[in-house]
Amino acid sequence: MKERPMSNFEIVKREDFSDVTYLLEVRHPLMAKAAKPGQFVIVMLNEHGERIPLTIADFDRERGTITLVIQAVGKTTRQMQQECRVGSSLYAMVGPMGVPSPISHAKKVICVGGGLGVAPIYPQARGFKEGGAYVIGVVGFRNKSLVFWEDKFRACCDEFIICTDDGSAGIKGLVTAGIEQAIAKHPDIDEVVAIGPPIMMKGCADATRPHKIKTMVSLNPVMVDGTGMCGGCRVKIGDQVKFACVDGPDFDGHLVDFDDLMMRLRRYTKEERVALDHWEKSCRMQKAIDVAADASPLNP
Amino acid sequence: MAKKKTIRTIPQERTPMRELDPAVRAKNFDEVACGYTAVDAMREAERCLLCPDQPCVSGCPVGIDIPGFIQSIGEKDLRGAYDILTSTNLLPAICGRVCPQENQCEGVCTVGESLESVAIGRLERFVGDTAIKEGWINIPYIEPNRFKVGIVGSGPAGMACAADMAKAGCDVTVFEAFHQPGGVLKYGIPDFRLPNAVIDAEIDKLRKFGVKFECNTLVGRLFTVEQMTGEMGFDAVFVGVGAGYPTMLGIPGDSLNGVLSANELLTRCNLMRAKEFPAFDTPQPSARRVAVVGAGNTAMDAMRVSIRLGAEKVYCIYRRSAKEAPARAEEVHHAEQEGVEFHWLTNPVAVLDDGKGSVRGMRCVRMELGEPDDSGRRRPIPVAGSEFDFEVDLIVYAIGTNANPIMGQTSKLRLNQWGYIATDEHLATSMAGVFAGGDIVTGAATVIEAMGAGRKAARSMKAYLGLRDIHRPYAGGGASLFGIDRSERNFARVQVV
Repeated sequence: MKERPMSNFEIVKREDFSDVTYLLEVRHPLMAKAAKPGQFVIVMLNEHGERIPLTIADFDRERGTITLVIQAVGKTTRQMQQECRVGSSLYAMVGPMGVPSPISHAKKVICVGGGLGVAPIYPQARGFKEGGAYVIGVVGFRNKSLVFWEDKFRACCDEFIICTDDGSAGIKGLVTAGIEQAIAKHPDIDEVVAIGPPIMMKGCADATRPHKIKTMVSLNPVMVDGTGMCGGCRVKIGDQVKFACVDGPDFDGHLVDFDDLMMRLRRYTKEERVALDHWEKSCRMQKAIDVAADASPLNP
Repeated sequence: MAKKKTIRTIPQERTPMRELDPAVRAKNFDEVACGYTAVDAMREAERCLLCPDQPCVSGCPVGIDIPGFIQSIGEKDLRGAYDILTSTNLLPAICGRVCPQENQCEGVCTVGESLESVAIGRLERFVGDTAIKEGWINIPYIEPNRFKVGIVGSGPAGMACAADMAKAGCDVTVFEAFHQPGGVLKYGIPDFRLPNAVIDAEIDKLRKFGVKFECNTLVGRLFTVEQMTGEMGFDAVFVGVGAGYPTMLGIPGDSLNGVLSANELLTRCNLMRAKEFPAFDTPQPSARRVAVVGAGNTAMDAMRVSIRLGAEKVYCIYRRSAKEAPARAEEVHHAEQEGVEFHWLTNPVAVLDDGKGSVRGMRCVRMELGEPDDSGRRRPIPVAGSEFDFEVDLIVYAIGTNANPIMGQTSKLRLNQWGYIATDEHLATSMAGVFAGGDIVTGAATVIEAMGAGRKAARSMKAYLGLRDIHRPYAGGGASLFGIDRSERNFARVQVV
């Protein structure tokens, strides 16, 4: 018997930042009320889908919505990019998961977002600002055309640094260049929060380590249930093993074994390729069917 | 008048139950044990002596009237048998399949002293399956009361508690974090042991009682237990979230690609149907040679799933001997038939890397049994110098679980030193109106124990709410006074002089 989800997880807004990055705003009043910065959801697109973790990029308690910013990389995120429109629904969305980010009493923080990490770092930057801290926002994109939410960041950051790989906007370089710039200007940084691809978070942790600045990162291992019962998301923090879904997703960047995380992220590469090929083939077949149907003499 | 049955007049051999041929069933997920036919059930029911001692009833964790339902089968009154069963155990089709009967009812059966015990579990399953097929359901008239009850977790404990509270007239909602209800029955126990269709049929029956299931709800994070008893207006709450947090061995190489917990393997395969990848999106790790560490029911499930997923070699690595293995006897037997290679008295010491971050093999040490430890089982001791390596592609840990941490993180419920929820003997927690039972209280145990805990908590919850329990059968003897349970403690004691 098919299980009907609690609400229909309806999509109320969609925005495309580029041909790979898109935003979905999903209606879930209870979750909007409960969500805190740093938490994530697990989403299923349909009954056949897999469970994927997506960081909550924003939440609107008045409108009762959760915002997800997604990069179309694998089969599920590409299929969502194709199928999720305003008015359509997700099959399942559960959360808010994870321990909320500790918005500490730091007086001066650098909030760093790389690529897709720009979205979830925003509520943290806003949280710190609301807590009275001096917030330096550092965001990194490959080039100018991929930049998004610049105005939102400028609204909540005291200083805002954009880094692009090709220098088409802001400073040329990775976000670590932005961090170095901020540290050079401010000798009294209390904390750095960095979210982005693991290699970027590793770079940020390495950049702050000699300066002994506390650096929190948000880890993104492969997950299945998200409730602490499978251990698939286990990460090495210092000499301990933690589950990112219930012990994290935030951890001390100077203790995280990033090499282990990146290695474990590759464990389904073969299957991911198969899934993508299978889906692209079915898309091509569907397109061929549609074209044939349009051209058919039976078509009115 | 029927001649009195004696041990010599009853059918001597236990009625065999058809099982799928091992060579065939190792390639599919069809249910292995095919169940009794009506003729089989009648013959097996004959074997019950209806002895006066009834050790089977005390052997059952929830005290089912076993001779009663078996006698009804013998009288061809299957509906009557179902009524008797469900007055104590709501999910006979499930328990008949997964209870460790050899340690419970069948283990103490009088007939079992000289012959093979009566196949009580198979008879229970037969009645349960017949009920599903015929669509029987016992819904008496239930007077709705004004009480709102919340159940956290839709596993066996939560389901049992929900059923009892619904039968008492409460407005019951069960919250489940996954997208499908059933808890460990769904994600943990594979289809070939407990088909999802059976679980869904039993859940539908609960819906007919008025129980509401809200999936995709992570209690603790979406809202807390405190919010449930506070602003959300629940009059009583039962927490049955289970103890799913898997234990890792803690040996070098634990985090290599190709090492996973049995929970992850089973959840991917059973709940997310990774066995049908890519029709279903969730992948599962495929491997030619699989080693499963552990010998409990979960380990057996992991091994038999691996065989069905196409592994050429599946090894069971267990540090004690076959006698100490905690799994149900039938599961070990089935695993052996399907070709699992058992390596008893073997303990892993390291997972070997292939240089690319994946599993190449495992290093183990041979063990020998020494003096008994706290659990009463003989303690395994490594044999010095007996280390050896062997090659595998996938390693599955099925060595036990710990309490799920979310309740402890998000509520003020008092926990014991191991992280499980602390309860008194009535399953009440440190928060008024909140009760808990099942694995989250006791640690990993069986389905029937979880159901027993759910029912026990329901009795406490009804007492807490001041509800008179009109559906509970008279427990004979001094336990109840005109059906009023003396332990309810909400009436004054009157001494009869």
